[in-house]
Amino acid sequence: MQDNQNSALQKEVAQLMVECLNLEITADQISPDAPLYGDGLGLDSIDILEISLTLSKRYGLQLRSDGADNQQIFGSLRSLCTHIAAHRTL
Amino acid sequence: MSPLISHPHAGSIVAFCADGPVTRQQFLSEAHQLAGQLPEGRHMLNLCSDRYRFSVGLAAAILSGKTSLLPPTQTPEVIRQVREFAPDVFCLTDNRQSSEGLSRLDYPAMLEAPADEIAIPQIRSEQEIAIVFTSGSTGIPQPHRKTWGALAESVRAEAQRLGAPEGSVLIATVPPQHMYGFESTLLMAWCNGFALSHAQPFFPADICDVLSRVPAPRVLISSPLHLRTLLNSGLVVPALHHVMSATAPLAVELAREIEANLNCPLTEIYGSTETGQIASRRPTSGPAWQLFPGIRWVNENNGLSASGPHIDPPVVMNDVIEPLSEDLFLLHGRMADMINIAGKRHSLSGLNHLLNSLPGVLDGAFHMPEETSDVTRLAAAVVAPGVQPETLFAALREHLDPVFLPRPLLFVDALPRNSTGKLPHSALKALFGDRHTWTVPKNHPAFSGHFPGHPVLPGVVLLEEALMRIADGISPDRYEISSVKFTSPAGPGDRLHFQHKTLPDGRMLFDITSGSRKIASGSLSQKS
Repeated sequence: MQDNQNSALQKEVAQLMVECLNLEITADQISPDAPLYGDGLGLDSIDILEISLTLSKRYGLQLRSDGADNQQIFGSLRSLCTHIAAHRTL
Repeated sequence: MSPLISHPHAGSIVAFCADGPVTRQQFLSEAHQLAGQLPEGRHMLNLCSDRYRFSVGLAAAILSGKTSLLPPTQTPEVIRQVREFAPDVFCLTDNRQSSEGLSRLDYPAMLEAPADEIAIPQIRSEQEIAIVFTSGSTGIPQPHRKTWGALAESVRAEAQRLGAPEGSVLIATVPPQHMYGFESTLLMAWCNGFALSHAQPFFPADICDVLSRVPAPRVLISSPLHLRTLLNSGLVVPALHHVMSATAPLAVELAREIEANLNCPLTEIYGSTETGQIASRRPTSGPAWQLFPGIRWVNENNGLSASGPHIDPPVVMNDVIEPLSEDLFLLHGRMADMINIAGKRHSLSGLNHLLNSLPGVLDGAFHMPEETSDVTRLAAAVVAPGVQPETLFAALREHLDPVFLPRPLLFVDALPRNSTGKLPHSALKALFGDRHTWTVPKNHPAFSGHFPGHPVLPGVVLLEEALMRIADGISPDRYEISSVKFTSPAGPGDRLHFQHKTLPDGRMLFDITSGSRKIASGSLSQKS
């Protein structure tokens, strides 16, 4: 059950990212464990700021740089979704 | 000669750090302590990400007669180029930053300041304190030397425009290594008796946290991107005395919303790495910019150059400028070759030069779509048979700040060069036109007559769109659809995404999706 919820959230977040950032791939091409920064999906800080705004509206959570290790939250789709699941208010 | 800092008392606050305020006395003591530990080289690369530590590093370098180097980015390639420029360079770091083999000094632990008051050092106006770099058109960074006098002059003018009282606290979302942040946070604080916050908040919640930890009056030094996200976050922002924006043009509607929501004036700063800041305006009061005192336009060659006591020789601006009077002017966008993404500038010809020098690339061009918002992304097309996109991206990443990585990067058989070999802007634009997504119009003619009450886009229309969008730019008219499978209907308002890849035998596989739904897939082959 937990796994199903996580994978549904991952699908949804991947889709939000593709739409918000106009990525040249489809949501199911974002591998859950590939890094979002740098060599993986290739996002940069502008993207991260854009996606954080979308996530705050959709899930009612505010991302912070100092609260947790940001590099780790945005380490992969899976870790981002774990963070969202733990902190969402919507 | 002028004083390094203008804070009136030994106990005046020069900075707010994580563990509290720092006095003038403590700051000067730490600058002297660090100056005593700097290695021999005359050039220092200050990589400190904490703004206070960066400021101590800068002060220590000035006290020891060293020059701080400020490259536009810190990619491995740029650091190699910096070392070529100044072989004696060492770097000062305050965390795990990679120093790419440079000799490094880790920011040391500091002792308490002595009881006896430390005098404020006087700095000669002509002392070279920094060299900032712009990316040149050949890919080699161009150095611009900055003297203490020129920098101090321009930030005093800036403070007058702000009208912020002594003791104001500067909080910035921009890094101190970038010319705007260097002038508007570091030097502005030093030369006007302001305190600076050590932090560089990123997310809207970070900005609010940092603001709430320092006393008023507060000045937020930021960019359109950060201000827009702050505004859209809906968070309650602590009271501000002033907001400053630079790095990209700020839409006047956004400026109005910011002033209304944050309940304070917003000033925009204009300048360049070569000149430093030269003008300001309040966008809600009108479109005209006002030059800082002492700066004027001179006609040189075919363009306008900024000139002033500290801009000598005059510098050509990379923008189209229309003077209205002695000190007022309008800005009409950038010159064609200059790209600015989130405050980072690069010459388009420099990017093309780089792309064409990568292994396996036969031809290639970057393209800057028309700017529609505060952040516009570059696109690029390459002729590079057999090269994997990941390989090309990795090679680009080695040389470029990530903001310049193309999105999309199209692999094509040939660029649409005209008979003289030139690449017309219109042809490139057509190549990148929004080919990859298509929102099905609600009133598409194909809906009438088909499935009344339950409109579905006919397959033939979908295929036509696919052929046009996918084959276009590769070789129009040379492809035909050889197989297709429709998996889900597309209706009015659906946002369709077209994708394709080329197989070794020349066939192309395509996918049409809408969100997570697959609409159709199939293959194209060359007409025999």
